[in-house]
Amino acid sequence: MKIKVTKENCTGCKLCLQICTITHKHEINPKMAAITIDAHFPEPGTFEPRLCVQCGACAQACPVDAIHLEGDAYVIDEDECTNCEICVDACPIGVMFTHPDAPTPIKCDLCLKCTEVCNTSALTVVE
Amino acid sequence: MDGFGGTTLRINLATGEIKRTPTDPAFAREWMGARGFVSKLLYDEVPRDADPLGPDNIFIVAPGVMTGSFSPVGSKIGFGCISPATNGHADSSMGGHLGPELKYAGYDLIVLEKIAPEAQYLYIDNDTVELRSADKYWGMGSIDLEKRMKDDLGEDFQIATIGPAGENGIVFSCITHDFGRQAGRCGVGAVMGSKRIKAIAVRGTKSLPAHDLDAMTKLTCDIIERTKTHPNMAPWQKYGTAFFVGWSNERGCFPTKNFQKTYHEDWKKIDGERLVEECLVTHKACFGCWMNCGKYSRARIPGKPDTYVEGPEYETIALVGGSCAFTNIHHVAYANYLLDNLGMDTMSGGSTIAFAMECYQRGIITKDDLEGNELRWGNIDDFEHFLRMIAARRGIGDVFARGTKGAAESLGQDTIAFASQAKGMEFSGYDTRWYPAQLLSYCTSDIGAHHNRSWTITTDIELGRENYKGKAPVVVYLQHIRPLFDTWSCCRLFWGELDVTPEEHVETIRHLTGWDVTLDECFLVSEKIWNLNRAHYLERNGGPGRKHDVAPARHLSEPVPDGPAEGHTVGAENFEAMLDEYYAARGWDRDGNPTREVLDVLGIGFAADDLEKIGLLGKPLPGGIPKVRGQKLKPKAM
Repeated sequence: MKIKVTKENCTGCKLCLQICTITHKHEINPKMAAITIDAHFPEPGTFEPRLCVQCGACAQACPVDAIHLEGDAYVIDEDECTNCEICVDACPIGVMFTHPDAPTPIKCDLCLKCTEVCNTSALTVVE
Repeated sequence: MDGFGGTTLRINLATGEIKRTPTDPAFAREWMGARGFVSKLLYDEVPRDADPLGPDNIFIVAPGVMTGSFSPVGSKIGFGCISPATNGHADSSMGGHLGPELKYAGYDLIVLEKIAPEAQYLYIDNDTVELRSADKYWGMGSIDLEKRMKDDLGEDFQIATIGPAGENGIVFSCITHDFGRQAGRCGVGAVMGSKRIKAIAVRGTKSLPAHDLDAMTKLTCDIIERTKTHPNMAPWQKYGTAFFVGWSNERGCFPTKNFQKTYHEDWKKIDGERLVEECLVTHKACFGCWMNCGKYSRARIPGKPDTYVEGPEYETIALVGGSCAFTNIHHVAYANYLLDNLGMDTMSGGSTIAFAMECYQRGIITKDDLEGNELRWGNIDDFEHFLRMIAARRGIGDVFARGTKGAAESLGQDTIAFASQAKGMEFSGYDTRWYPAQLLSYCTSDIGAHHNRSWTITTDIELGRENYKGKAPVVVYLQHIRPLFDTWSCCRLFWGELDVTPEEHVETIRHLTGWDVTLDECFLVSEKIWNLNRAHYLERNGGPGRKHDVAPARHLSEPVPDGPAEGHTVGAENFEAMLDEYYAARGWDRDGNPTREVLDVLGIGFAADDLEKIGLLGKPLPGGIPKVRGQKLKPKAM
């Protein structure tokens, strides 16, 4: 199972960012989400949601083995993580996020809440 | 302080002093945000003789209680000042992402006082607040500048800008954000320009505290799930407000040729269908919105550069497309881009040019006034040339830079008869000659003729378009509920089009803030704001109130020449009778002055004292004021 991104459908509303942070951090703070949306305006006028594709590069890079595969998702063990951010540098597509108030890097754990609120099928679940 | 950023900023632009204070919880609870904050601050702080474009006006940036929350849909931010168009209270709101960003930076309210000694922009990065030089940005177009500042500061800044029109004091200048969202009305861009503030750039990374996040999240997720399948969702997502173009034409209320007509024979060439087919680049949403009414488009016109803009929305299609008689959607989209980038409201801007086109049609202005150019209906080159004359205040452009009322006063020759405006603000995109409650709505509005205060087209249909009696109390109700969304600072469309109830909005606010607030209390807040704005308007402009609630002659006495509304007009007697009914429904006297009884009930007895001092306090009503002002009738959706 993974999340499929259809960027042509994205409207830049950031509902996915909101529900992500509420779900994982219990905060209203889209800057702390495991998703980002790059907006390319005024030209060409496109949105580009970006989030983890569960490639595992972060887990390989982690010096303290704090990132584990659980089901289909690589998940950060916040107790083990030292917040060294080596995984952030190791991520090939720049979707290990950081935030000054977050104790560890932030990544998608495939909770799928974002796909539930998205009303344009920009984020969908595929097996 | 749950639901709020926690800090209020007050900035003296003349000295550069930046003062931070904790946001006052009692003030926030009483006035709730945005429009409410603006109303009270303007009343308290602006001298009654202050020039709207002078140092004693203040410029307010105010998100509201719902801004930035997980709700339907806290995307909005308000701007406030005394309007250069109406010389009264101005509040103008916009969606996009700026308001939430400001709350995430920790701010609930910004008050800018006086005038900066040189061009500046306000820079906010969480706790860092600075006035920075805008020398290199002065003169730039709104959209061009937003792109430039994102390049300079970073994509994660949210930015609001003014264009050359705002710098030059054009009274219908707007504030632009997110490449096409505007605080369009009331001339707020001109006041921002008069302060020499070219832009506001904000980055916020903090969390917004919530009283009961779990309850708010559940409520909002339930609403999202429920509204996804609402029958209005699909057309709104596909066309946005442009869906209304055909709807309005079929009902004979589509402004055409400066409201000479109310039906545009070629509306299918400029409607939502044509927009989506020919110009759509992407659907675009405000922060947290799952309805994405924004249509981001590209205009392609041979001989001109391709241009990108969010829109055109219904109001732009009506007041630029219909009123200037365009027959090509690319021309409307291009005109939209020009107005946006020059920094002018597409509604008042479109109307002002349509008014000028009629002046040209009648020979009141000629080629000699237009630098040898023409000003023909539906001609995009003529439109562009004249628009640039206005933006630069060149020649007769300076006359029209004052809007239709100001221009008519300067031109004379009874041009005021066909200036479709109330209190100096141009009509929204709905003709009123078959829709008398809409005319009453425009003419009694606190900010002038703007439909966001009261929109009654479906109400007029429901209650009978030829009927005049019984509509005024519904207008009062709408003038309380619709601006309530601008006070809460959330999008009104989820109520109007998707049947999210006001009670659900109040429940959201309770979960967000912990306030023990009710919908009845919110209605009283909205009514209080309305009455305070009325008192303020009278204190600035004299009285009696009735003399300001005036309809343009065209809309009273000139029958619609053709189309579905053919032959209809409101008539002065009917209009005056509606005004009588309206004042009674508000608890005001027949002169349109608020009474002490109603101001006391609303907790603003101080305004009664102020009105009494200048002889404009309403005479007590023999039977007392109505216990409830306004009659509930939710307008049907399209």
